[in-house]
This record gives sequence, C-alpha cells and structure tokens, in this order.
Amino acid sequence: MPKLKLPNPIPDQLRPRPQRPGEGNGRKSTKDVVIESGRDAGISVVDWVDERTSLSGAARWTMFRKVPKGTNWFYTLGSATMFAFLSQAVTGVFLAMYYDPSPTRAYESTRHITNEVFLGEFVRGMHKWGATVMMVLIFLHMGRTFFFGAYKYPRELNWVVGVVLLVLTMIMSLTGYLLPFDQRSFWATIVADNINGTGPFLGPYLADFLRAGPEFGATTLARFYSIHMLLVPGAIAALIGVHLYLVAKLGTTAPPWVKAEEPEQLRTEKV
Amino acid sequence: MNQREKEQYLREYSVLKAQGKPFFPYAVAKDSVMAFLVLVAIIAMSLVLGAELGPKADPTTTTYTPRPEWYFFFLFELLRVIKPAELTQAATIGIPTLCLILLIMLPFYDRGPERRPERRPIATTAGIITIVAMAYLTYLGASAGSPTDIEMKAPSDLDRQAVAQFDQGKLVAAQSGCLACHKIGHNGNDGPGPELSEVGARLPREAIARTLENPTAPMPSYAALRRDEPEQFDAMVEFLSQLR
Repeated sequence: MPKLKLPNPIPDQLRPRPQRPGEGNGRKSTKDVVIESGRDAGISVVDWVDERTSLSGAARWTMFRKVPKGTNWFYTLGSATMFAFLSQAVTGVFLAMYYDPSPTRAYESTRHITNEVFLGEFVRGMHKWGATVMMVLIFLHMGRTFFFGAYKYPRELNWVVGVVLLVLTMIMSLTGYLLPFDQRSFWATIVADNINGTGPFLGPYLADFLRAGPEFGATTLARFYSIHMLLVPGAIAALIGVHLYLVAKLGTTAPPWVKAEEPEQLRTEKV
Repeated sequence: MNQREKEQYLREYSVLKAQGKPFFPYAVAKDSVMAFLVLVAIIAMSLVLGAELGPKADPTTTTYTPRPEWYFFFLFELLRVIKPAELTQAATIGIPTLCLILLIMLPFYDRGPERRPERRPIATTAGIITIVAMAYLTYLGASAGSPTDIEMKAPSDLDRQAVAQFDQGKLVAAQSGCLACHKIGHNGNDGPGPELSEVGARLPREAIARTLENPTAPMPSYAALRRDEPEQFDAMVEFLSQLR
C-alpha cells in the first residue's frame, strides 16, 4: 500500500517518547490505542482513497513539482485570475438563488436583491466589481506572458487556450451586463447585438440566435441568462483545467533574464 | 526556433527548474497572498462603489444613451473614430476580428528563440503601442459625450449670448431625438427626414418654428414643448436657423 509522506508538523522534542521496555508490560492502555488510531486517522483516510483512485501520484506531481529559479510576484497573476473566477462563481450562485430571468420580473428581482436581501447589495457589488478585477488581472497576466516571451516554444498551445479564455470572459461580461435589465444594460445589449448583426455570413444568424428571434423578446433574457451561468462558465472551468494541466506539464517559465548556473560537475569537466 | 535552439532551451530550462523551489509551499504561499489581496480589492470595491441599479429598461425610449462596461470602451470608441458608413463594418467586426486572429496566432508567427523583452524590439514595441492605443481609446470612450451629440460649431460672428443659446438649442435638438431621422453635419441618419445641415439657409426662422409645431407626419409635433418650455423651444429654433 503506498504511503503518503506528510510534512512533519511537530518538532521531535515535543513528540511523546516511545515506551521503554518494561513500562506498562508491553500492553497499551485503551486510551493510548484510541489516541494512536486517532492520530493515524488522517493518513488512513488518505490511504483508503488513494488505494482506490491512485491520485497521490498526480497530487505529488502537481504540488511538489519545482518552479524555476527567479520566479517572482509576476507569476501569481494567473492564479489570481483563477481566484477572481472562483469568487465570481460563488457570488454568482448566491445571486442565482434570487434572480428571475423573465422580462417582467428581472428588474424587480434585481431590485429585491439590492434593497431587501441580507447582504444582497454587497454580493451583487462583489459580482459586478469582481468582473472588472478579473478583466484587469487577465490583461496583466497576458502582458506578463507577452513581455517575458513565455508564449514561445514549448508553450504555444497554452497561449492559444489563454486567448480563448479571454474571449470567453468577454462573452461573460457581455451577457451578464443585460441581466439587471435597467436602461443602461438593455440599450447596451441592443447595440452589442446590432454590432453582431453587421458581421459577414454568420453575423445576422448569430444576432438572431442571441435575441431568440428577429426582435428583442421575452426569451432573449432567459437565453442570455443560460449562456451566462451555464454554457460559458462550464467552458471556462474546463479550459482552466486544460490551461493548468499544461502549466504543470511544461512548467512555468523563468524570467527571461535569469540564467542557469552550470552545474558543478559540468564546469569541472570542461576544465 | 530550429531543433538545436529548442533542445538548448529545454536543457537550460531543466537546469533552472532543478535549481528552483517546490511549488508547494513556496509558490502556493505567494499565490495565497495574491488571492487574499484580490479578495480584499473586490470587497473594498463592492463596499465603496456599490452596485447601483438604473431605471428599469424601457424599450420605447429612444433618447437613452447606451454605454458598455468600461473595458469595452476601446471597441466602442473605434466605432466613433471610424465615421464613414461604408467602413462601419470594418470597425464593428473587421478590425476586432483581425486583432483577435493576430493575438491568437502570436506564437506561430513570432518564433524567434529570444525571450528578453529588450532584445525583441519589434515585439516589445508592438506590445507597448497596442497597450497605449487601447488605453487612449478607453480614455476617449470614457470621456466621450453621448452618441446623440451634434458636433456643430456655432458660427463665429455670434456674440457670447447667442452662442450660449445656440449650444442650448443644440442640446435640446440632440435630446429630442432629431438625429433618428435627420442628418445634422456629420451626425444623425440621412432620412427619412430631410437633411438639416443648412436648413437655416432654406427656411426663415418663423417657418422652422411653424414646421416644429405642425410637422408633416410621421415627425412628432413640438407644440407641447413650445407651450411648456418656451425657452427651450426658442433655443432649438435659434439653433436650427443658424445652420447654413
């Protein structure tokens, strides 16, 4: 059975001493047995799961992989973006509990959230401004990747996945903008939809699909809502998984100005 | 990058990686600090800026000015910068699509082995220009007036009081939705109503006032405006009669 090596949180001096020969006649009291099995419970649970899933190898592969020398704060922008997405997901779930995507009720339910629900305006504010924060973080993360040349071999595919994630986030922002259904969001969406309609070939069909018909109607709002909370977030979550797998597989880049020191052995061999 | 450069990169990278620290706990600690800062920023913005809710959507109004979220301002501004009607499609779909294709294909046309920004002058310059251009367009979009603006300058021979009345009339005309059917200067739709850019030369002031009160259908009558807000009505007539 594979054993997980957990980091040792208790310094040696503080650990209970093992029993000396002759103490307690080699028998353990019930209390000791309970304490001992309680202490091992965490390890046994992890072992039990691992025996059935073999996940410990993957966990070790992701958590204990090395990040190269010179990794600095710029390299936290990607995970910060993901954290902003998670925050959007959590606040979005709470908003969805009260929101009603019908044209007659949408505005009233948003007002209900804002004015009456406990912490409603706070959570709606977090969702609204979280979108801005996520957008800013994406651009910063992208800027870091661009200026550090981190999109080059062998990480080209991860750049492509990242750009798709950017586009999906913009779609989130566009579809979410309509949902409060006030004047601002309604007219901005009409304009965005008309812009879609000017596209060649697919444009008019796409605009019709988004509106659920030739005119902005009763089902348009429900359609935007479902795209906003089911389709695109699902796609984003899946692509974040791909993005992270590639990061773990290929490793994060070192800053381009950091040079590798030649290993000791090679240097002596050259001499 | 050719095969030799690829192998050289992988070799150097593996050395750097071997000299690095494990992801857990070192990188995880930094990431957690950053995640905490992000959460604090979001909560602070929510508490300070709040989540205002405007008036309810009303599909029958036509004077409302649509504004996108601020990070779409650069796209929105592109539409305003590119004025001619035959280029509208380029502004709405063409340029953004082209930029997106260039962005997504970046690793396939920029294949040089060099990674330091100061040794990639073309890429670095292009990146900085892109950022500056987007920031500039975003700034323009943020400070722009409403798209129902009329960009007509008052004639230079007017005194200060007349200019004030001209500007007030311009505002009234813009808010009354004239541009939906009339073209005034560069703004507005050319039709179904006649162009008003030089209406002051065609019609005397009284005729303009009469037309506003008793227009040909489907133009709405401004008789109510004359009754309730005679000052605004006069300003609009003054503005229109100065267009020549």
